[in-house]
Amino acid sequence: MTTPTPAPLFIGCAAGFSGDRVDAAGPVVDTLIARLAERGGSACLIFETLAERTLALAQLRRRADPQAGYEPLLELMLRPVLARCLQHGIRIVSNFGAANPRAAAQLIQRMARELGLPTPRIAVIHGDDLSAPTQRALLRTHLGEQVDAIRIASANAYIGAEPIAAALRAGAQIVVAGRVADPSLALGPALAHYGWRSDDWDALAGATMAGHLLECGAQVCGGYFADPGYKDVLDLAQVGFPVAEIDAHGGCIISKAEGTGGLVNLASVKEQLLYEVHDPAAYLTPDVVADISAAELEPLGPNRVALRGVRGHARTGTLKVNVCHEGGWLAEGEISYAGPRAEARARLAAEVLRQRLPAHTLRVDLIGALSVMGDDSGALLQATPASTARDVRLRVATACAERAQAEQLTREVTALYTCGPAGGGGVRTALTPRLNTLSGLVPREAVPVGFELLEAA
Amino acid sequence: MTNNAITVPLYRAAHGRTGDKGNRSNISVIAWHPALYAVLLEQVTEEAVTRHFAHRRPSAVRRYLLPQLGAMNFVLDDVLDGGVNDALNLDTHGKALSYWLLDLPVRIPTALQPLLAGDDHDVLITT
Repeated sequence: MTTPTPAPLFIGCAAGFSGDRVDAAGPVVDTLIARLAERGGSACLIFETLAERTLALAQLRRRADPQAGYEPLLELMLRPVLARCLQHGIRIVSNFGAANPRAAAQLIQRMARELGLPTPRIAVIHGDDLSAPTQRALLRTHLGEQVDAIRIASANAYIGAEPIAAALRAGAQIVVAGRVADPSLALGPALAHYGWRSDDWDALAGATMAGHLLECGAQVCGGYFADPGYKDVLDLAQVGFPVAEIDAHGGCIISKAEGTGGLVNLASVKEQLLYEVHDPAAYLTPDVVADISAAELEPLGPNRVALRGVRGHARTGTLKVNVCHEGGWLAEGEISYAGPRAEARARLAAEVLRQRLPAHTLRVDLIGALSVMGDDSGALLQATPASTARDVRLRVATACAERAQAEQLTREVTALYTCGPAGGGGVRTALTPRLNTLSGLVPREAVPVGFELLEAA
Repeated sequence: MTNNAITVPLYRAAHGRTGDKGNRSNISVIAWHPALYAVLLEQVTEEAVTRHFAHRRPSAVRRYLLPQLGAMNFVLDDVLDGGVNDALNLDTHGKALSYWLLDLPVRIPTALQPLLAGDDHDVLITT
């Protein structure tokens, strides 16, 4: 007697960050529809669009307009595939609600109406946003009194998969969240599909790592990977986005959308498996502590790699909280020097700026000679002798509490046109409000989470 | 003298990717072949990586091993000038740092030379 194989679960990912390609979802949805036709089971489309800074900027937009604060590309990303997803029973789960999941859900409802679709059941996840004044005491207790001295832009707990799973079990076709941990976007549908116990740690960890492989979109499919002559990627311009098949024990097979470029092989999956991982035996999420120290990868065929052997341990009693606060101003200025002695002239221009701005702490980059590899203090630049680079763009940057102080830098860079070394051109300057981050842990029970179904408009 | 080893940049023996969380960077080093992994274990150590990143003044460098993947994961603390929202670097995430590490010179026995990736002439020293 054999146990019947449970119906499979397919999860496709159509965005790996805010600002990802808006035409990524089409081939992913086509692939999910084809998999459902061949194999049956369930399918889900996820979009991961949040990062630390993204959420703070969304919160600032919401302050200016109570109907704003969700992913700005939401409509462009979702509109091309919304009808096909609803028609084929593909659930949609995303954190594109950002600072205003409810407004995002309302937008999706309007989109469905405009497309002539039946009103979808949309769930809105709540509990992650800790920016209300009533939550200040919680933040003070766990992050310290420093929270009283800062101007908070956003404060969010990284919440887990359970409210997503509960919403799907309640019949939601679309789940709109804010700061859900990235891999929880995939674990939620897996929990709902397989009905794992909340302490089936190995299964939870397996699906969490499947979510980890999916959450950066093309990064597991040859995006962020190509290196000519070393890691060649076919048709990178049409790089595909990933589709994972998750099994009843949390194992997964990672592949990519049909008819796209890119590749899924051992090398691309290994790079993404370790991306943003610290201790491989303890990858912490709100749902589980995942352990990939004994995990194995097996190539199954073209663009198909299996991940197995992920183990799980009991989740911690705390949730990570990020507080973004206003941090003064970033001033930047750039000017180019080219031709003979270009780097010498760029270095002289930097010296002029140092003498003109003795009260500012300047970061100096010589783009084309030495820039991003260096540190803010300039230790590497000082230790590196001038090269013979013939096309160098000087960049200087500084952080200032006050705008007026920041503007001194942009004025001095502009003045290099007539007062600096010979032949400088192409000045660009920018002043940007800075956001700084404070992180800490709060007890899980201090962050009640849940969902509500959006009422029909 | 016999030619028994060559010195090449790490990128001929391994590939990798950088990730960031706050002021901490992680860099994977993934050998192109299990035999190369054994050699890298001896040479791409916490001490070697700490020296290679001296200008970033890491407060700690830890190496985690994933032998079944032929991979190691380096975690470098306090190397991002505060991290994505604080650093003045254009690359506030430190995404380029894997390529800094992949320039590390490593000595590979000539017997393993056919396993190396890239251009056969891309050799720093032959001894």
